[in-house]
Amino acid sequence: MQKNAYFSGLTVPALLLLPQLAITLVFFYWPASQAVWQSFLLQDAFGISTDFVWFENYVTLFSKPGYYKAFVNTAIFSTFVCILSLSIALLFAVMADRQLRGAEVFTTLLIWPYAVAPAIAGVLWLFMFDPSLGMLARGLQSLGIAWNPRLDGNHAMALVILAATWKQISYNFLFFLAGLQSIPKSVIEAAVIDGARPMRRFWTIVFPLLSPTTFFLLVVNIVYVFFDTFGIIDTVTGGGPSGATETLVYKVYSDGKGGSDLGGSAAQSVILLIMVIAMTAVQFKFIERKVSY
Amino acid sequence: MVEDRRLGDAIAYVILSIGVLIVAFPVWLTFVASSWDNPTIINGQLPLYPGPYLFDNYYRILFVGTSGSTREPVASMMLNSFVMALAIALGKIVISVLSAYAVVYYRFPFRMTAFWIIFVTLMLPVEVRIFPTFKVVSDLNMLDTYQGLAVPLIASATGTLLFRQFFMTIPDELLEASRIDGAGPFRFFKDTVIPLSITTIAALFVIQFIYGWNQYLWPLLITTKDSMQTIVIGIRKMIVTSDALTEWPLAMATAMLAMLPPVFVVIVMQRLFVKGLVETEK
Repeated sequence: MQKNAYFSGLTVPALLLLPQLAITLVFFYWPASQAVWQSFLLQDAFGISTDFVWFENYVTLFSKPGYYKAFVNTAIFSTFVCILSLSIALLFAVMADRQLRGAEVFTTLLIWPYAVAPAIAGVLWLFMFDPSLGMLARGLQSLGIAWNPRLDGNHAMALVILAATWKQISYNFLFFLAGLQSIPKSVIEAAVIDGARPMRRFWTIVFPLLSPTTFFLLVVNIVYVFFDTFGIIDTVTGGGPSGATETLVYKVYSDGKGGSDLGGSAAQSVILLIMVIAMTAVQFKFIERKVSY
Repeated sequence: MVEDRRLGDAIAYVILSIGVLIVAFPVWLTFVASSWDNPTIINGQLPLYPGPYLFDNYYRILFVGTSGSTREPVASMMLNSFVMALAIALGKIVISVLSAYAVVYYRFPFRMTAFWIIFVTLMLPVEVRIFPTFKVVSDLNMLDTYQGLAVPLIASATGTLLFRQFFMTIPDELLEASRIDGAGPFRFFKDTVIPLSITTIAALFVIQFIYGWNQYLWPLLITTKDSMQTIVIGIRKMIVTSDALTEWPLAMATAMLAMLPPVFVVIVMQRLFVKGLVETEK
């Protein structure tokens, strides 16, 4: 893709690109390459000598059950958050897409949690479900559930899933609504004339036509759960109890904190890096296909 | 459209109202908690309506600070958050408008190389390379500074891609016409491209301001002084694991104050916000 009318010269475009390239090189490429380099180094316990150890950090990493646990936690966490936030948001979007009076007010009232910081969302949910003073925690306890996310790993996981879902509904809602509004009304009217009931119309026409949006949101949601939920996990559980809510990103942070296991933390960074690049590639391949329709 | 519209509409209203309730309830409870005193909350006696301590709590947290964990008044934390969010939003806009202009309106060797160098950074958040980036910032003596808070987060491709996409839709005739008027690259940029891009710039600003305000891990690592804390970090330090030591009304008031600016931006500038969100992600 290229303009037919353009300027020529080298100095001016070089100067225009300089700020962004400089910042990207210093704060992106340099640290990323350092992460790769560090993942091959091992520091002794006293930090005196550093050896180049090839893949030892990776081998150690995969020999520890804690790392598999972080994988499993991340998988459970992302599955629940994606399914819950996507399906709830789709339901709301379908409802808001009917030409209701006041639909815009509902839209406004549903989208603002996007602006709430993940860490703050965590604090709100922590407060409601605090085992001793939280209003909803007391409700659960009065139902006979021994609710205590500080001791019970499943409770802790449920709590971070709820907080992360609550925060993500607004984002998915917006994109689903935009997707629904771009479906031509004539298609649906044709189905009405053919006598298709609303539910059937939704599953055979609307939902398939919405699939590009759904797929796009799925990728974005996975990236959201991987990285943006750090603030939620840190404020709600701190990865606990005993690692029950420690996700891959959280482990990069907790293993590298205080410089205790920089090599291991760097190796985890590299693995995450590869996973994100793979996801981005999948998404772009998909977008390419969409463009060629 | 057809059929029994009224029943369908009634169901839609009910479901949407439940949605609004789910979305609003945690925030309402936070607001209520910020208007009571600590014993009421700790005893689990918090009612569902606001209490008498609203003004006291907000005054104390804004200008005095909590008595325990962080002694910094929240007003100064909000100033830090504001400076950081503004610097990130403006910084991203400036560097990405310039680089997109170079990539779209110039032909020079390594044009695509430069574009790809920027493009690769698109989906890799700072969390992945957190400790090496921290080390770079500390080697540059930028810990506990506004530059350190903002500049590393400016390095991302979102803005460049957005502006590139928009510039591609500007008709070539405009450049030819302004050439005939004797305008060079600078005049064309200033008098044609920027005025046409105002909505895109505003939309990107809204999204990036929210992104900057809500940052968590990065400011958590690189601010060591209480005076440089942002509000999102400040609240985390107010919540102590032992319930008895947490001053909940003050922490909840801080949470309200931390939500206020970005939520205000979304509601007041809803159209720009939606535009920015949809276009930066696609």
